[in-house]
Amino acid sequence: MGLEFMDARSIDVSRLVERKVASLYSHLVTRPTGRAVRMAIEARLGGVSRPSVSLIDLSEVTVLDFSCADEVVAKLLLRYRETRSGSETFFIFRGVAEAHREPIEAVLDRQNLAAVAETKPERFELLGTRSAVEHAVWDALERKGVLTFEESRSLFPREVERSVLDRLTERRVALRSGNSGAYHALSGFVSGEGGPRDGGGDG
Amino acid sequence: MKVVSVPPTLDGRTFDRLVEALPEGDASKVLFDARRLRWVDPMGLVGLLSAGAVVQARTGEAPLLGLPEGGEVPGYLSRMGFFREASAVFRSDSKPPSRGSGPSDVLLEITPIKENGDIHDLVDRVQGRAGAILSRSLHYPATAVVQFSVILSEVCQNILEHAEAPGWVAAQVYNWTQRLGRPVLVIGVSDLGRGFRRSLESEHAARFGDRWSDPSALEAAFIHGLTRFPDSGRGQGIQQIRKQVRRWEGAISIRSGTARIADVPDWDDQEPLGSDLHPFPGAQIHIVLPARSDDGA
Repeated sequence: MGLEFMDARSIDVSRLVERKVASLYSHLVTRPTGRAVRMAIEARLGGVSRPSVSLIDLSEVTVLDFSCADEVVAKLLLRYRETRSGSETFFIFRGVAEAHREPIEAVLDRQNLAAVAETKPERFELLGTRSAVEHAVWDALERKGVLTFEESRSLFPREVERSVLDRLTERRVALRSGNSGAYHALSGFVSGEGGPRDGGGDG
Repeated sequence: MKVVSVPPTLDGRTFDRLVEALPEGDASKVLFDARRLRWVDPMGLVGLLSAGAVVQARTGEAPLLGLPEGGEVPGYLSRMGFFREASAVFRSDSKPPSRGSGPSDVLLEITPIKENGDIHDLVDRVQGRAGAILSRSLHYPATAVVQFSVILSEVCQNILEHAEAPGWVAAQVYNWTQRLGRPVLVIGVSDLGRGFRRSLESEHAARFGDRWSDPSALEAAFIHGLTRFPDSGRGQGIQQIRKQVRRWEGAISIRSGTARIADVPDWDDQEPLGSDLHPFPGAQIHIVLPARSDDGA
């Protein structure tokens, strides 16, 4: 996968709700609503054939219940966990407030998934099911932003940690450049002001 | 005429007495005698509506409802929106009292849940008024209104997705001075759908064999999070409600068919699992959330 093709897209969930659920729902509650929001997101991503990092923005959502979180977070990730239509899609959940954390963690744990969440501006966390070593390796990558192949071998001399890096890319919470072999934190592809960050090259 | 005597105190504890008094269908005219009603909580209110609807379905005729002529009960029933819903269930010889035009202290009036949009309306309404009540009366943090809304959303979805029939929900805060020494928030939910045993049986009954019953179905859903849906993302709602209710040191019980299952906190003395109750359709969910005590519990 060449990162020069990375297409960082921003999807504002609250606007999708308005557009796709007829402006009726200001809270993300009930499974049918969650399903409608997820399908709206999938429709927006439908035409993308390149790898992409998509922002799901929950900043304007006050109430997120478990049924809706299952659709908008867990089922969305599950559907894009495998390559669809020749593209690879990565997700970052922006604006994850304290009140959202529990339903999101619960639905991720239920499906053995992990996700990257921006819980405060410029502060990214790994949520969901993760081992201690996965958490530590993800955290190290997040702090560095990008690790070249050589840096990754130096920072993680043990094979078990390097294998975790690859495992994180398989779980879609980090990515690896097919050209250079560098590992990238997903947060490097988004800006702190709500829009995609320029670039996305191999750094 | 068959007379159904409504207990003077009608709540989650006395609802079974009301159910036991219902005629089986041989009576053509039924009177719900609630003239001695002195206290009723949200579980009692939605339970009374459900009982009336069951009798109407059994006899083909709306039962008559007799209410106290004075005292606080009629005004309270009016503020809780009881008469609006009761007009489709009961006949009454007396005119319901006015609801008044002042600001309401009701947390959540009796609200029919018939479709998905009803749950959105309910969450919108609760967001606007529950925060102050939760913090002032129960001393919950300001953020509790979100968790409270999630509880309401999930219990109401249980009506639509599992009962596949309409139902009612209501909530109000009371001062349980004698029983607990502090205020409580009571949520009552009732539907007349197919109940947990029938909802789950196509998917799970075979594994239980002869043990399949109302109690085992309630245990499957309440304890193990089973649903009739093969989707592994389902079944989280009740589990997460229980978790939040435990965190607030509350009690939750579900009655369905002939059984009731409950999470029982230290201050409560109900049985965790009751069976051989008088049969009643659908499911009734009763949640009691006590105020935080002075020591922060």
